[in-house]
Amino acid sequence: MRTIRLPEDVSLFPTLQVGEAVLLSGTVFTARDAAHKRGIPFDLNNQTVYYAGPCPTPEGAVVGSMGPTTSSRMDAFTPALLDGGLKGMIGKGARSKEVVDAIQRNGAVYFAAVGGAGALYASCVKAVEVVAYPDLLCEAVRKITVENFPVLVAITPNGSVYD
Amino acid sequence: MKIITTEQIEESVYRAFLRAGKRIVPAYKAKLADARTCESNPRTVFALDFMIRNAELAEEKNLPVCQDTGVACVFLEIGQEVHIEGDFIEDAVNRGVRRAYQDGFFRKSVVDPLTRKNTQDNTPAACHYEIVTGDKLKITVLPKGFGSENMSKLYMLSPTVGREGIVRAVVDTVRQAGSLPCPPVVVGVGVGGTFDTCAFLAKKALLCPTGQSTGRSDADGIAEECLAKINELRIGAQGFGGAVSALDVRILTAPTHIAGLPVAVNIQCHCMRCEEEIL
Repeated sequence: MRTIRLPEDVSLFPTLQVGEAVLLSGTVFTARDAAHKRGIPFDLNNQTVYYAGPCPTPEGAVVGSMGPTTSSRMDAFTPALLDGGLKGMIGKGARSKEVVDAIQRNGAVYFAAVGGAGALYASCVKAVEVVAYPDLLCEAVRKITVENFPVLVAITPNGSVYD
Repeated sequence: MKIITTEQIEESVYRAFLRAGKRIVPAYKAKLADARTCESNPRTVFALDFMIRNAELAEEKNLPVCQDTGVACVFLEIGQEVHIEGDFIEDAVNRGVRRAYQDGFFRKSVVDPLTRKNTQDNTPAACHYEIVTGDKLKITVLPKGFGSENMSKLYMLSPTVGREGIVRAVVDTVRQAGSLPCPPVVVGVGVGGTFDTCAFLAKKALLCPTGQSTGRSDADGIAEECLAKINELRIGAQGFGGAVSALDVRILTAPTHIAGLPVAVNIQCHCMRCEEEIL
């Protein structure tokens, strides 16, 4: 299984095969419904967004359970973010045709994570920092550092969709 | 007459949610392992392996199985010979929920529907009270995630569509949900009653233990047919394609009107978390 370093390896995105399992390591930003509605207040050029809202962090842990949420709820906001430079997305479930088109137009990738695997994905998170909208609580925008975070390549830069 | 205090109710709700958030119901966990043996697609196996490993990790590390610890659904079956002493029963339930979500490090996901302001303690619980015979009080808790809840549907069918129409409604709902509700799903179905009672039955059907009759063999037969047809959809774990798209279908019924056939379909993700306490 290949390891993809984020954001450095966005240059490798065109080599990813649809249905390929990869491990993600590096920096990603969490954002879900409420943050998408308000708008991401910083530059996401070449960055990857993870659709997630964690549980509270137990004492001594880095983060609480943190699996992916349903990506399609973000579909209405996604093409504009991709046109603005966003390169990667991690979530669960299928995307709209508009999102697939925007992925292809911008050479981006959509990674499918395994839904419900909150405890497992939390174990891949090495650092967490709230970087915007702390008032949104679990829906705040977080910068997280992940290590060997397992996902499948679900939509490739050439618009191939895993189904 | 048996006296049960609201303090006992609070403690039972607290204990049940603390357990529920951290483990998949063992019979459904076993079904995930069974599903793993039915699949050959490496992506589907990848998904099932992680689902199973995640459930183990959650129990080992005492962490929520899924970050969506849901709306706290609480079903109270109150024996008519029970006398409840203390304060208001629903305040006691909400105290139990508040403490469990705090102490369990569960996510607080409940907001006002209009302002979207978070209540910050996951209350209020969605409480359902039923008066039953006897002197026991049974509390069943279901932390209900919304990735799957959002895929649920209610149909007011024409009575003449019969069994075939019921099966079609259930299978269509699961087909349209596709990869979104974290399959393999569990499907709770309500058939009959009125608009409101039908939806309640669908949720209550999720609580019926897997592998046991719901008490009505003809309904169980329809459920089996639905399950077979859902698995023919080949949605598979996480929508990656495969033989197991649902772990079970459970149907509860209620008498309805000559002019109608309500069918409610409540979808539950593979993280089936449900615990009970009997006082």
